Amino acid sequence: MKEILNELERRRTSARLGGGQARIDAQHGRGKLTARERIDLLMDQNSFEEFDMYVEHRSIDFGMEKTKFPGDGVVTGWGTINGRVVYVFAKDFTVFGGSLSEAHAKKITKIQDMALQNRAPIIGLFDAGGARIQEGVAALGGYGDVFLRNVLSSGVIPQISVIMGPCAGGDVYSPAMTDFIFMVRDTSYMFVTGPDVVKTVTNETVTAEDLGGAKVHTTKTSIADRAYENDVEALLQMRRLMDFLPEHNRAGVPVLPTKDSPDRLELSLDTLIPDNPNKPYDIKELITKVVDEADFFEIQEAFARNIVTGFARMDGKTVGIVANQPMVLAGVLDSDASRKAARFVRFCDCFEIPLITFVDVPGFLPGTAQEYGGLIKHGAKLLFAYAEATVPKLTLITRKAYGGAYDVMSSKHIRGDVNYAWPTAEIAVMGAKGAAEIIYRSELSDPKKIEARIEEYKKRFANPFVAAERGYIDEVITPHATRRRLCRALNMLANKKAENPWKKHDNIPL
Amino acid sequence: MVTPSRRQLSSPIPEVPMFKKILIANRGEIACRVIKTARKMGIKTVAVYSDADRDALHVEMADESVHIGPPAAAESYLLIDKIVAACKATGAEAVHPGYGFLSEREAFPRALAEHGIVFIGPHPAAIAAMGDKIESKKAAARAKVSTVPGHLGEISDSKHAVKIAREVGYPVMIKASAGGGGKGMRIAYDDKECEEGFGLARSEAKASFGDDRIFIEKFIVNPRHIEIQVLGDKHGNVLYLGERECSIQRRNQKVIEEAPSPLLDEKTRRAMGEQAVALAKAVGYDSAGTVEFVAGQDRSFFFLEMNTRLQVEHPVTELITGIDLVEQMIRVAAGEPLAFKQADIKLNGWAVESRIYAEDPYRNFLPSIGRLTRYRPPVEGPLGNGTVRNDTGVVEGGEISMYYDPMIAKLVTHAPTRLEAIDLQAQALDAFAIDGIQHNIPFLTSIMQNKVWRSGKLSTGFIKEEFPDGFVARAPTGADLETLVAVAASIDHQGNVRRRAISRQMSGPAVRFAHHRVVAVGSEARAVEVAGQIGAPTIVTLLGEDGTPQRKLTLVSAYWPGEPLWQGTVDGQPVSMQVRSVLNGHDLAYRGIAARTHVYTAREAELAALMPVKAPADMSKFLLCPMPGLVKAVHVAEGAEVKAGDTLAVVEAMKMENVLRAERDGKVKSVKAKAGESLAVDAVIIEFA
Repeated sequence: MKEILNELERRRTSARLGGGQARIDAQHGRGKLTARERIDLLMDQNSFEEFDMYVEHRSIDFGMEKTKFPGDGVVTGWGTINGRVVYVFAKDFTVFGGSLSEAHAKKITKIQDMALQNRAPIIGLFDAGGARIQEGVAALGGYGDVFLRNVLSSGVIPQISVIMGPCAGGDVYSPAMTDFIFMVRDTSYMFVTGPDVVKTVTNETVTAEDLGGAKVHTTKTSIADRAYENDVEALLQMRRLMDFLPEHNRAGVPVLPTKDSPDRLELSLDTLIPDNPNKPYDIKELITKVVDEADFFEIQEAFARNIVTGFARMDGKTVGIVANQPMVLAGVLDSDASRKAARFVRFCDCFEIPLITFVDVPGFLPGTAQEYGGLIKHGAKLLFAYAEATVPKLTLITRKAYGGAYDVMSSKHIRGDVNYAWPTAEIAVMGAKGAAEIIYRSELSDPKKIEARIEEYKKRFANPFVAAERGYIDEVITPHATRRRLCRALNMLANKKAENPWKKHDNIPL
Repeated sequence: MVTPSRRQLSSPIPEVPMFKKILIANRGEIACRVIKTARKMGIKTVAVYSDADRDALHVEMADESVHIGPPAAAESYLLIDKIVAACKATGAEAVHPGYGFLSEREAFPRALAEHGIVFIGPHPAAIAAMGDKIESKKAAARAKVSTVPGHLGEISDSKHAVKIAREVGYPVMIKASAGGGGKGMRIAYDDKECEEGFGLARSEAKASFGDDRIFIEKFIVNPRHIEIQVLGDKHGNVLYLGERECSIQRRNQKVIEEAPSPLLDEKTRRAMGEQAVALAKAVGYDSAGTVEFVAGQDRSFFFLEMNTRLQVEHPVTELITGIDLVEQMIRVAAGEPLAFKQADIKLNGWAVESRIYAEDPYRNFLPSIGRLTRYRPPVEGPLGNGTVRNDTGVVEGGEISMYYDPMIAKLVTHAPTRLEAIDLQAQALDAFAIDGIQHNIPFLTSIMQNKVWRSGKLSTGFIKEEFPDGFVARAPTGADLETLVAVAASIDHQGNVRRRAISRQMSGPAVRFAHHRVVAVGSEARAVEVAGQIGAPTIVTLLGEDGTPQRKLTLVSAYWPGEPLWQGTVDGQPVSMQVRSVLNGHDLAYRGIAARTHVYTAREAELAALMPVKAPADMSKFLLCPMPGLVKAVHVAEGAEVKAGDTLAVVEAMKMENVLRAERDGKVKSVKAKAGESLAVDAVIIEFA
């Protein structure tokens, strides 16, 4: 018996070495950790149970039968993050460069199936060279199997991808269909075709970093939701993120006990809105002062910064925050901001995470660039996402809510549950100046008269009470009481039950 | 001029009616300070405010307020007519001018008097007599006050200057008669420097003050700034309330003040006090005022000037004498005689004041303006064996604007001895949380640990000598490092304990977490064992290189994640530490130490050690936005060759245009910002090839 146990240990030790010490050292030399090291950081200590450690590929072409490594380039299994179950697969770059074979794909799909059936989140750590070319179509088939499961799991369990090395070709589409993608700066990149192919086909010269590095994907393409400095920073932040997310779409949000009182008043919010309506202020001050412990996990921090999205907690329970950012482009809605927020709203709605929307929006961004870029369709995405969402929806208008953007930003008309306004709110078709100049076009030549008209319009509409008279605003609240009001409203909505008519699925303007 | 007679001093004076309502012709902390005393005396208060101060604390604190104009002081706080009108409108019987603004303008009390309004300050002739540097020196000489050897008459030319300098003896200081703030001031060690210095000082004086009168005096080596607080009434009484030492100055701006001075002995104190009183009496001084002296390390002292107003640093005197100077100013202005005599003035303990300024000590004290997103001063009142007082004019959510003095608060501590007062000051500074703008607290708290400062061997050159390369945060060592490690470990541990209480965990035995941790502080790392539940003390055991326990620390604190301040005790010693969250860690700061901390498990630490150290990006190839602001113009295009000194861009911050110039020759690779764009600090404007 002892001999048998020793044999098990020998096999395990050999499997855990992946592609061998030399390749592990090379991986470290590139500033990257190995798959198993990464899992160590991600999971609670000693909680990871590895599956399929001894799986090997069955390829016999191109001499592949002579090179086999247990595990075949991916480490899979399950464990816990702060006691909550999570499934994981991590590409092992030290084995065949982490390339995907039929056996490798089977290991991933097994974990995907378990995660879906057992309703727990799945995290994929990517660091691989694409399909294993020696296997040809079998590898492609493997990708397809993974993709299908990504789609079936979508909206049922959270799927997170962390890009920690190369991720190219077929490899990119699995992350692309997950809920969030995170990247590591300087060591990861993502593209469909790499610099060599680009050079051959289009004669463009571009580096991997400039083609698909973390900077490109967090600021230009919005493919990545956030970037981190290194593997350790990224994985520890994944632990933080998972504490915000429910395990599946029917679980409800996790609760983290807090001593931060839901009754906490923030007197300084009474002076957040500057006297001058055109002066910006930082909406993140409002967010961090209202949520528990100033803890805000921002999603897509570097992209479309005119809108802020992310997770926080109110009285211990996760909420999704969407907020116009007056500091950037006056908080205007443009195509990028609309797409960014729409996707975030839909994630929250999928997973029963209540939404809090802070509104200070001067409208949609005018101009040919926006219109040619399909602003109508992209703006509609956000409108659609908010309107279809059935989770508790709280809205607070801090200052401007102008034009169509007012309707879009979780207004009463698209089923906002509780819609608050600060006394500084102005809910109108447009700013007073613009409105007066249109209504009284004939008086434009007389600056004195038009000034009086602007004042008149301001008096009538530059306040929340016209909207409140119609019930579009449920209550006008003092800024310092915002946290207390929102916490109470969320508790009141805890048993909210709203359903959309039966449909196979909706047809959001993609 | 009033000459007090024996009769006046001894005869009972009929009760004078006290003011019912006073107006404070000032803003900020001093306005709030005056309002506090007036309130205590049952006097109603009127605040005045500019557009920029609409929501300011002094306006909120006053019983009434009057708007007096746009933000610029020249169009509001400095307009005598507006103040007079505000008094008329509100029925204020008297005006306290605070310091600065109109406080030392002779015309102001005269204008008030014309309208029957009382000025809470000295009579205008005293202000006039002391306002001019040459005139005041002459008056001092007449009153037999010790003055710096020098020439009080005007100097005709550089030859004359050299002659006088030789008489006085080198080194000499050449100063503008109307000067202040170091303008038109030169030091000369020989004839040649004297000739040059005279010319330069004269042209500077003309340009700055429109007055090219110059005088020369002996230059005191390693001088100290010591001043005597005097207090007089309208009945000829004048007392001195001890001294203040204000040697800790940065560019002639006082930073830290204390009372009493560690230099003086009782004999010198009395000599200085009596001379100050003699001078005050000579001008019939009838309010609170300050006679400033320059003192040598040998306790020689020479008259510098007299300030005919309440000084910024008056609280240190109040704390050691127990006398409310504002109250006394109001009483004597109403005509009351002083209720105490010189013999009644006793100095009790030691007081230290720090001026908290909105300036960035890490960027050569560049002024910093903006919204105070967080402003949590330490609790006022008894602390340890002393007291904490914080004179402030702002609240959280308030604005530090470019229009006025960048002082946020004056933090004062009082304790039986100097070192106790300093330690209390350090503790109070560490407990002061300010965000949204940059401030000099790290610098101040660093000074509190400085050996020279603590020894009391000061000179006005202190900051230049002790911080020759500007301010850098101290690196933690020894016991400080251990405290930092323990607090970091404790914050992390309490956070972990709490996270393990998250809902919806898998059933079965709870996940077990190791107690071993590695605390990375900057580039140092210490291994520790941590234990303790939420609400209970955290026990942090520091481990040696070989893993053996070396020191056990017990930490007690009610700290909760997200709070800006860790307050509690480490092995029974009170500790306040600034805490700001960063990714997977915390920035901790106290006692002038600042460090980024990460607390790792052994495995995390092992793997973190494998992570490449990334050199900070080389920013020398970029023109960065020096402050948050609006790009007004970018003057260069892609590919342009620029020469050092060329204008590259203009950034407007708070209505002030800042011209950004090329530091060296180069070629513009790309322009990253355009006119009209709002930029954050350090945003890239131009990239050079």
